[in-house]
Amino acid sequence: MNTPVPVGPVPTPESGVEPGRGRVRFVLARLRLMWRSFRNGWGIFMDSRIGMLSLFTIIAFALMAAAHPILMAFVWDPATYDPVTGYSFDQVEQPAPPSWKHPLGTDPLGRDVLSQLLYSTRSEFVLGITAALVTVGIATFVGAVAAYYGRLLDAFFMRLADLIIALPAISLLIVLSALFHLNLFYLALIIGVLGGFGGTAIILKSQALSIKVKPFIEAARVAGGGHFHIIFVHIIPHLLPLALLYMMFTVTSAIFAEAVLSFLGLLDIRMSWGIMIHTANTGGYLLGGTRYWWLIVPAGASITLLCSAFYLAGRALDEVVNPRLRRRND
Amino acid sequence: MTDRHDPLLKVDGLSLSYQTRLGEVQAVRNVSFELARGSALGLVGESGCGKTSIANCLMRLLPDNARLSAGRVLLDGQDILPLAEEDMRLLRWRRISMVFQAAMNVLDPVYRVGRQIIEAIETHGVESTDTAARERVARLFRMVGLDPQLMERYPHEFSGGMRQRAVIAMALSCDPDLMIADEPITALDVIVQDRILRELKAIQQQLDMSIIYISHDIAVVAEVTDVVGVMYAGRLVEMGDTSDVFRAPAHPYTAALMSSFPSVSGERRPLTGLPGEPPNLSDLPQGCPFHPRCAYATDVCRTQYPPQARYGSHWAVCWHPLDATMAVQS
Amino acid sequence: MESASNTPETPDTRAAGSNASDGEPLVAVHGLTKLFPVDGGPFRKPSSFIHAVDDVSFQLGHGESLGLVGESGCGKTTVGKLLVKLFEPSGGEILFRFTDAPAVSSAEAPWDAAAIRGRLLRSFRRRVQMIFQDPYESMNPRRTIYDIISEPLSVQGMGDVQYRVDRVLEILTLVGLTPAGAFLFRHPHELSGGQRQRVAIARALVIRPSFVVADEPTSMLDVSSRAGVMSLMQNLATEMGVAYLYVTHDLAVARYMCNRIAVMYLGKVVELAETEELLRNPLHPYTKALLSAVPVVDPGRRRLAPDIRGDLATPIDPPSRCRFYERCPAATEHCLNHPHPPMEEKSPGHFVACYEV
Repeated sequence: MNTPVPVGPVPTPESGVEPGRGRVRFVLARLRLMWRSFRNGWGIFMDSRIGMLSLFTIIAFALMAAAHPILMAFVWDPATYDPVTGYSFDQVEQPAPPSWKHPLGTDPLGRDVLSQLLYSTRSEFVLGITAALVTVGIATFVGAVAAYYGRLLDAFFMRLADLIIALPAISLLIVLSALFHLNLFYLALIIGVLGGFGGTAIILKSQALSIKVKPFIEAARVAGGGHFHIIFVHIIPHLLPLALLYMMFTVTSAIFAEAVLSFLGLLDIRMSWGIMIHTANTGGYLLGGTRYWWLIVPAGASITLLCSAFYLAGRALDEVVNPRLRRRND
Repeated sequence: MTDRHDPLLKVDGLSLSYQTRLGEVQAVRNVSFELARGSALGLVGESGCGKTSIANCLMRLLPDNARLSAGRVLLDGQDILPLAEEDMRLLRWRRISMVFQAAMNVLDPVYRVGRQIIEAIETHGVESTDTAARERVARLFRMVGLDPQLMERYPHEFSGGMRQRAVIAMALSCDPDLMIADEPITALDVIVQDRILRELKAIQQQLDMSIIYISHDIAVVAEVTDVVGVMYAGRLVEMGDTSDVFRAPAHPYTAALMSSFPSVSGERRPLTGLPGEPPNLSDLPQGCPFHPRCAYATDVCRTQYPPQARYGSHWAVCWHPLDATMAVQS
Repeated sequence: MESASNTPETPDTRAAGSNASDGEPLVAVHGLTKLFPVDGGPFRKPSSFIHAVDDVSFQLGHGESLGLVGESGCGKTTVGKLLVKLFEPSGGEILFRFTDAPAVSSAEAPWDAAAIRGRLLRSFRRRVQMIFQDPYESMNPRRTIYDIISEPLSVQGMGDVQYRVDRVLEILTLVGLTPAGAFLFRHPHELSGGQRQRVAIARALVIRPSFVVADEPTSMLDVSSRAGVMSLMQNLATEMGVAYLYVTHDLAVARYMCNRIAVMYLGKVVELAETEELLRNPLHPYTKALLSAVPVVDPGRRRLAPDIRGDLATPIDPPSRCRFYERCPAATEHCLNHPHPPMEEKSPGHFVACYEV
């Protein structure tokens, strides 16, 4: 045979793995790379005024959520200010308009509106983010698997998605809430599963399809990569930016769905923005026009603001993820 | 018959740059050449050497970030660079037409191929009636080797070669004096390439039209052109009668370009190719820009741009022309 | 098997490489066929097929380089992908004889591609690799050069990180990307086309395969990098004793890269001979046409127009007669009424499928 090239011995797969100095250097180099690509993306995001505005809005709400337990522990007296069980004895008439003691007034049951608002913010975040994680986790996996294996698996998941899209989500949630006691966590789970097997799966699948036909997938197969390797190393990383984007949109729809169900009084939740409006409604205060505005406006504005902030942050992320949308500024 | 001694096209000291995020990129530097009526000129070079920029400049189809810093383009003695866009529109297609590399993008997929050419003819007022225009297109189709019945087909029903022919027919539709063919056959199979080249050559002689061929393939240029210009880093480095330039190249770059093409006929010469990478246009080396890749480079090449000297029927810009005995005292 | 080219820059080692196997080819392909359904769906039975590869047979010696030449759509890339098991054949067989591989069942028995699965497939991937045409699309843009080149090693679980880094640095130097360390953590988009194709070569060779399918590795490169990539592939093949199936549309490129050339037309191999013999003495009318269509730099020479009619016919359910019949200048009644001609050996090592030769 030919003269061998000066290449070291080809080891067997079983040859031992020992952490050498190479590994540390290696991990550092990788972290540097990740940091660099994060900085690039951040630069593009920062260019988007709406994106930054939404980000600040989201941060402001996060601070509000964080503020509530602190206020309850150090400033507010639980007997008066507890968002669910508190009662403001100093007010003559409930609901009371804003005052120094109650900056956003009290609700028909004598509870502090600001406290309710801040308390609910936390649940909205938990709900939105749980639903988004579930949706995106399922949709990414379903999309990648359906696109990669194709045929029957693809047909099954896509028909399932069609079915879920065809079902009116809110009506389905109403039926489900009548059958079961839906708390915040189950609601997040249901919204997540519906989104994950529904429209988001179709979108991520079509993205996965465009990745699947790239020659680098064939190259990975020739290198000896199995199905698992190709799906997780080559397809899913390309879905993540889009998945992140749809996470944002899912947060919006989850908060919105919660508000609707709470307003209808169908959820087994102690307090939320939807319930605040529900309380105002059952007391007949929605019909009072702007007279009892503090019962409706804080919660309603919060729903609108947080939903649109997540949505618009998603649009700005879209620009980071999708270079074709970027404005040419050269 | 016009005076054959007057050049149809005279490019004089043309310089073009693009403003990019990374600074100014000089794509074309002080390029001058003349093109006689009815003759074919070839521009060859690696990608990024500025040959397509020259074509776009002649058609005045430049992107917004392009800046013409100097030079004149005289078509029959008239400088077309200062012309207003409306006047230029009259020149385009009627006097100068262009065949683009990506024929797919030129034809609109939703209209029949014949219709698109008829429209081009009518908008330029070459024929006034639909029947006359239709007859003209049929004649053009026969000229480029397409069945006139194919006029009624849509672009997607055409093969790559047929599409390229249709685009050539379109470029010929208004009897231009000058046709610019930018890599007209690059993506096609050799047999189709050969046919299209032969047809173009025949049409050129039949219509007494001038053609500028832009290609990276020197074999194609060698076969179909009378005069050839070799470009490197935005400059013409050698120019002259095609047969002379390729028989006895004076510039080492021309020779290197020739030796990087394998040949099916003749002795099997070793392929030497070009070392290194194409130059970075925004950061050219001092002196002769080719010196880092040139086997003959000396100190003078590294510091001073070489003068233009004549060798027989061609000239080159080099301190160390390949065959010094070829140098004719002019 | 004889080495075709006696030119000075082809080292004798390659001829020695192909002689070493004495009639025991590395790859033996018999009646290879691949049909793609045109109108099928997941639940519908297709009624017509694209005959991408139709009854193709050839052999490839150890360390030899065979060129597969033809126009786009002739099935040459499909043959390449069948050989690396990216596609499963519809018919025919592919046998591999690796000198270093453990026997599959009985001793000396060749590996039947159809039976290569599971653990055997991984072992196969260690011996057969592919270089893809498009240096831009054949690399995952999110991965670093190290990830890309070390992928065959890491998915096969070969060595630890240190070992892989060493191998990658070594192969980067071999393919001329120096200093190798500077390339390790770059992304493909930071490299030029030529450099990327060198990375692709490094990825295919890092695992030291016996056989590499190269699918037009230079066709998308700039003029200047083409010659460099071609000579690099030649040198590495000689040094490492790799056999190539070199898929290309360009006869001139095949001339420089290959010992033998097989010309394909619409799914069939129509002529197969040693490189210089095929170029000097083409027998099949299609080969002649293809050869005369290639432009030449020689300014004094005028080529004759290639003798061929019409355009490429469709490969969807073609009639059984000679595939080249419609375009052939030499076609006769005999060609019309008989099936596609079989490959015949007209002179030693020169096979052609034509009734009229």
